[in-house]
Amino acid sequence: MRIALFATCLGDTLFPEAVKSTAVLLARLGHDVVFPPQQTCCGQMHVNTGYQREPVPLVRNFAEQFGDPAIEAVVVPSGSCAGSVRHQHEIVAERYGDAALRAGVAAVRTKTYELSEFLVDVLDLTDVGAYFPHRVTYHPTCHSLRMLRVGEKPLRLLRAVEGIDLVELPEADACCGFGGTFAVKNAETSTAMLRDKMDHITGTGAAVCTAGDSSCLMHIGGGLSRIRSGKRTLHLAQILAATRTAPHVLTEAAR
Amino acid sequence: MSSPTGPATQGTFLGMPAVPPRSPYGTGHLRGERSFPRAAHDELGNEQLRRNLGKATHSIRAKRLAVTGELPDWEQLRDTGSAIKTDTMNRLPELLEQLERKVTERGGTVHWARDGVEANEIVTRLVRETGSDEILKVKSMATQEIGLNEHLASQGIAALETDLAELIVQLADDRPSHILVPAIHRNREEIREIFLRHIPGVDPALDADPARLAAAARAFLREKFMTTKVAVSGANFGIAETGTLAVVESEGNGRMCLTLPEMLITVMGIEKVLPRFQDLEVFLQLLPRSSTGERMNPYTSLWTGVTPGDGPQEFHLVLLDNGRTAALADRIGRAALNCIRCSACLNVCPVYERTGGHAYGSTYPGPIGAVLTPQLAGMHGAKNDPNSSLPYASSLCGACFDACPVKIDIPSLLVELRHQHTEQSGTTAEKLAMKAAAAVMKRPGLFTAAQKAAGLGRVPAGRDGTLSRLPPPLNGWSDSRDTPAPPKQTFRSWFASAEGAAAMRAAAEEGARHTDDAPHTDDAPQEES
Ligand code: SF4
Repeated sequence: MRIALFATCLGDTLFPEAVKSTAVLLARLGHDVVFPPQQTCCGQMHVNTGYQREPVPLVRNFAEQFGDPAIEAVVVPSGSCAGSVRHQHEIVAERYGDAALRAGVAAVRTKTYELSEFLVDVLDLTDVGAYFPHRVTYHPTCHSLRMLRVGEKPLRLLRAVEGIDLVELPEADACCGFGGTFAVKNAETSTAMLRDKMDHITGTGAAVCTAGDSSCLMHIGGGLSRIRSGKRTLHLAQILAATRTAPHVLTEAAR
Repeated sequence: MSSPTGPATQGTFLGMPAVPPRSPYGTGHLRGERSFPRAAHDELGNEQLRRNLGKATHSIRAKRLAVTGELPDWEQLRDTGSAIKTDTMNRLPELLEQLERKVTERGGTVHWARDGVEANEIVTRLVRETGSDEILKVKSMATQEIGLNEHLASQGIAALETDLAELIVQLADDRPSHILVPAIHRNREEIREIFLRHIPGVDPALDADPARLAAAARAFLREKFMTTKVAVSGANFGIAETGTLAVVESEGNGRMCLTLPEMLITVMGIEKVLPRFQDLEVFLQLLPRSSTGERMNPYTSLWTGVTPGDGPQEFHLVLLDNGRTAALADRIGRAALNCIRCSACLNVCPVYERTGGHAYGSTYPGPIGAVLTPQLAGMHGAKNDPNSSLPYASSLCGACFDACPVKIDIPSLLVELRHQHTEQSGTTAEKLAMKAAAAVMKRPGLFTAAQKAAGLGRVPAGRDGTLSRLPPPLNGWSDSRDTPAPPKQTFRSWFASAEGAAAMRAAAEEGARHTDDAPHTDDAPQEES
């Protein structure tokens, strides 16, 4: 299948390892992975902060970059960015866009998938041949959970990973407190939420907390690093991409 | 200055609706004194409050999930509730007129109040006419919203709350912090002390046993029920079809108020109307399960006008706008009026759980408060209005949307209000930054250049490759989180590099090898027979 990868601005710039893993995983599964080079950002930060006019060119660019009918699916290693494409682009186009933009947005949104959705729903896979012999706990990020309703899909993928010791995270569906600019505008409340999330993570004894969103992991990982917890965060794609022949080296920088 | 020439500014212009009224600035409790982050700062420092809140919200959450889970048609009920409310809002004027007609037919009197000032005046006048200088109250959000108790006090009329939690709050000269459990931020010990200090003639040996605390309050209230001539209530529902008003509660004190006094005055927000009597069937299932986690609320009181010789012989219904038609006029925001004040969204909200209700500065706290309050009272950009900080008091996690029995999409409403706020607030540093970011990101060349520049961020990174101090306005973030320094190579440059191409080829080959080794038998072609 011809799959276009949307790296997301954050993934491309700060967390390339998560995107590399996504690309490598999809290639390993036998797909033709392309990267439309003019892609930038989905505009989620703008919309969530209250700006719908400003991201119009971003929404347009996204629709143009991924609109090529030869692209069968757009895969995003981020629940919140996939959610933005799926739900917010429509709102923006509806309010400030022309007919062409609205049509472009409608065409792209139906073929855009978050990674776990794509693997489970489209490719009908749960075992992707991964090997990751560590204790792991999974945090279901809010947008994956409640905007995209990915449900158990990431857990099904993780359960099928060879060697993994998957432990349940208490109060898993509680928000970690990131929320984009919320973490800046309401930093103290966000920190109070983060503290509880970190307590739950360290309580599991897991070496790694994984999730499908680099942004939430940046927040959680940043907190775990600040308190010198010895725990780290890894994107779901990095676990799924690890194999016996190309294992993930936990000791190497985890980004 | 340009001279405005639109039809709306030419004085009377038949057919043009007037600007819908908002709650007046400075009246009632729809506006705090500080922005949410400032107020939250103080509340977050109160360990006792957080423990009380965390305990209460967790237990009520679990109860709610248990009782909603046992109804096989819960989701259909939610859909039906949402549909009835949406239909109600679409024809609100017609339904309100029908309600007025029916209440009048049954011997009640209907008053229309544009805002809190008018509603307070109407109630004061009615009480005065009875010659009474004290009234009883049934817990009512609407009268909280307009500051009725304070207004009555300024006019020499004492209002006594009869809901136990509301009474606790009143005696302590505190403010409610939760829609349904106004004293959720207080524990038993604190309540005992409040009673000892404020209830006249209370047993000095009173302990903190909940039953004894309730008994102390009951003895105090009973006396009042027998002697007070006027009661003021809110309403959970007002049925247009029959003119019936409804109050649901857990203690029975409300029912005493509704039946014992000679005059009953009900102050009801205009959005509380329901078209048909039968609609109660839906809402009397949705409300108690969502709010207290009970299958049914212990007391449901319904009354229609007056009944000679039974109950209050005079009944007044005050229909309160106070910003509701302004909310109704907003195509997207009007969904907030569907709220039935069950408080489920508060109990699941991670922000509310940490900050408590007072941080919101309004009668309506939590997720629904963050959308309803700015809609009813506005967000005055020029005045640095605390209300404009409310739509940002959410991480947009969506738990409120999942919990809401009438499926109000609160996260989308929050985002919409944020948009309205930024559209109204002129040029700000944030807006310039957003514009700049969009300008860079719409030009892939510029974006790549910016990514390269960000790579310079590695320079001040600490030994472990993280940044621990960021400049304002990001310092709130960096106070508690390390930030990774941008790596040497972006994904796009890796993907375009020989190394990236080699890695992708190797992955494809590994995949192919693996498929050859272990062909999936269930994928085998089935053509041959
Ligand atoms: S918004 Fe929904 S969940 Fe919140 S109080 Fe209103 S009805 Fe209940």
